[in-house]
Amino acid sequence: MNESFELLRRMLLIRRFEERCAELYSSQEIRGFLHLYVGEEAVAVGVMAEFGPEDAIVSTYREHGHALARGVSPDAIMAEMFGKATGCSGGRGGSMHLFDASTRFYGGNAIVAGGLPLAVGLALADRMQGRPVVTACFFGDGAVAEGEFHESMNLAALWRLPVLFCCENNLYAMGTRIERTHAVTELAVRAAGYGMPAEVVDGMDVLAVREVTRKALKRIRSEAGPQFLELQTYRFRAHSMYDPDRYRDKAEIAEWKRRDPIDKLAATLRLPTEDISKLDTEITEVIDAAVAFARTASPENVDSLTRHVYSEVRR
Amino acid sequence: MRTTYREAVREAIREAMRADSRVFLMGEDVGRYGGAFGVSLGLLEEFGPDRIRDTPLSESAFTGAGIGAAIGGMRPIVEIMTVNFSLLALDQIMNNAATLRHMSNGQIGVPLVIRMTTGAGRQLAAQHSHSLEGWYSHIPGLRILAPATVADARGMLAPALADPDPVLIFEHGSLYNTEGELPESIPTCDISSAAIGRTGTDVTVITYGGTMPAVISAADELATLGISAEVVDLRVLRPLNDATIMQSVRKTHRAVVVDEGWRSGSLSAEVSARITEQAFFDLDAPVMRVCTEEVPIPYAKHLEEAALPRPERIVRTARELVGR
Ligand SMILES: Cc1ncc(C[n+]2csc(CCOP(=O)(O)OP(=O)(O)O)c2C)c(N)n1
Ligand SMILES: [Mg+2]
Repeated sequence: MNESFELLRRMLLIRRFEERCAELYSSQEIRGFLHLYVGEEAVAVGVMAEFGPEDAIVSTYREHGHALARGVSPDAIMAEMFGKATGCSGGRGGSMHLFDASTRFYGGNAIVAGGLPLAVGLALADRMQGRPVVTACFFGDGAVAEGEFHESMNLAALWRLPVLFCCENNLYAMGTRIERTHAVTELAVRAAGYGMPAEVVDGMDVLAVREVTRKALKRIRSEAGPQFLELQTYRFRAHSMYDPDRYRDKAEIAEWKRRDPIDKLAATLRLPTEDISKLDTEITEVIDAAVAFARTASPENVDSLTRHVYSEVRR
Repeated sequence: MRTTYREAVREAIREAMRADSRVFLMGEDVGRYGGAFGVSLGLLEEFGPDRIRDTPLSESAFTGAGIGAAIGGMRPIVEIMTVNFSLLALDQIMNNAATLRHMSNGQIGVPLVIRMTTGAGRQLAAQHSHSLEGWYSHIPGLRILAPATVADARGMLAPALADPDPVLIFEHGSLYNTEGELPESIPTCDISSAAIGRTGTDVTVITYGGTMPAVISAADELATLGISAEVVDLRVLRPLNDATIMQSVRKTHRAVVVDEGWRSGSLSAEVSARITEQAFFDLDAPVMRVCTEEVPIPYAKHLEEAALPRPERIVRTARELVGR
C-alpha cells in the first residue's frame, strides 16, 4: 500500500510538472523544443521503481518523466528548462538534454535511437569491470525503425549484456501512426530476431509495468542477457509544443484518456478523495518551489560560454 | 630500432593494454583476422577475445558502445576500418562523443580513442579513398590527430588514451609500410603541437599525415634547385597549433599548404585563413594550396595520381611562390 502510494505520488508529480511546463511554455518562460510525458507516467514510474541507485538510465528527448522518476531534483530540472546555471545541465542542455551523473542519468538524447548504442556501452563497461548493475534504455516506437536500434539489439544480445530495452509504444512517431511506418506493428516480435526475450505490457497500468520489470531484471541479473519490454502507452498531448495534433482522432484520444494511469491506480487503491487532494496540494507546493527556484536562479555567465567543450582537468 | 608504421601502432596498443586493464580494442575484424590492415595481428592471442573484441558490421552501435564504455569507466580504443565507413557512425561521433560533456555541463566526459585508416593512393576508387579528417576537424569537442611518422604512430596513442576527451587518430593507409627509426626507450609524445619536419628558409610547406612523403620528396627536389623548403607537420589537426605555423611563415614569408582533402571548405582553407589573419604582413606572396582535385577519387592509376597532391605539383607551386 505504501509502496503503491509512492508510485501514485511520482506519477502525479510528473503529471503536474508537465502541466506546469506547458503553462510556462505558453508564457514563454520555457523555450526550445518541449515534449511532454502526460499519459505515459506509468511507464517511467513503473520501470524506475525496480532500478537501484547503481543502475544506469539512458533516455530520450521526452525525458522529464524519466528524470523525475529517477529522483533528479525537480528544482534542477525546472532550472534547466529556464536555462539557468543551477539547471541539471547548467542551462546548456534544456528540456531535451537533462543529465545527472549522481543518479547515473545519462540523458536526454534528441537523436531518435541515438541513446541505444550508448546503453550497450555502459552495460559493457559495467560487465567488464564486474559491476552487477543494469542499464535501462528508453526509446519510442519510432526508434524501432532506425538502424541504430537493430545494431544495438544485436550487439547487446551477442554479448549478453545487462540492458533492459524499454520501448514506449505510444503508437505515433510525431504525426505518423505505427501502421504507416512499420511492416510488422507488433514491436516486441523484433526482439525474437535477436534471440532476446520480450514482454508486452499495458503501459497504463503502473503495477503491471513494475511487475514485468521486476521479472525482466531478475532474468538479467541471473545473466540471461538483455531483455525487451514493449510498454503500450499513449501521449495525451501533442508530440511537442509546436504540434497542432491534427493527425489523431479525438475519439481515440478520449478513449485512451479513459485509461489514465493515475486514475487507474487511484481506483485500485480505493483512496479517499481527500487523500488525493492532499497529495495534489503537496505536489503543487513542490512544483511552485521548483518554479520559484528556477525563476530566481542566476543565468550562466556568458564568459563561460565555451566551457565544457573539453575537460578543464587535463592529466 | 628500425620498425614500420604498422608495427609502431601495434606496439603502442600492446603497451597501452599491458599498462592499463581498462584499455581494450574493439572493431570489425580486429581479433581473429588481425585487423583489416594487419595492425592488431597477434594481439588476440596475448589479450583474449574480451579485450581484443571483434564486432559485427555495426559502425554506429560499436562506436556508440565505445562512447558508453568510456563513460562507464573503461578506456576503449575503437577501430573503424576506414574513414569511409565512419560515416555510418557519424551520428555517434558528432552527436554524442563531441557533445556530451558540454550538454551535461561537464558532468559526463568521453575518454575514448577512435582510430581509423584514411586516404587514397591504392586504386580503391571513390568509396574507399576519402580523406575526411578535415571534416572531423570542424567539430568542437574532438581532438584530431594525424601521425605522419613512425615516431608519432608509436607515441601518440598513450597521450590520446590519457586524454579526458574523445580523440580521433587518422592513420593514412599508404603509411603502414613506411619505415623509420625508433629509440629503444620511447620518448614521451605530446598531442598538442605541430612539428618542424625539416628546416628551411625560402618557403614553408605545411602538411600532415599521408601527404608527408610527397612533401618530403618535393623538398628534396626543391633543394636540388637551390630552394630551401621548411616542412611543417601539423600532427594535431584540432586544435591547430598556430604558433608553429606562424613562426615558420614569419621566417620564410611564403607558404604552401598541402592537403589530401578537397580544396573547397577544407583544412587547407582553414590553415590559409589563419595565416592571413595572423601573419598577413609577413607574407611576400599569397598563400597557395595543393589539394586533391575536386572529383571522387577515380580507380585508374593515372587518373588517381592526377587527382592527388603529387610532388611535381608541390614543387611547381613552391617555385612559383619563390620565383625561381
Ligand atoms: C534521427 C532523427 N530523425 C528524426 C528526428 C525528428 N523527430 C523527433 S521525435 C520524432 C518521433 C519519434 O517517435 P518515437 O520514437 O515513437 O518517440 P515518441 O516521440 O513517440 O516518444 C522525430 C521524427 C530526430 N530527432 N532524430
Ligand atoms: Mg512514439
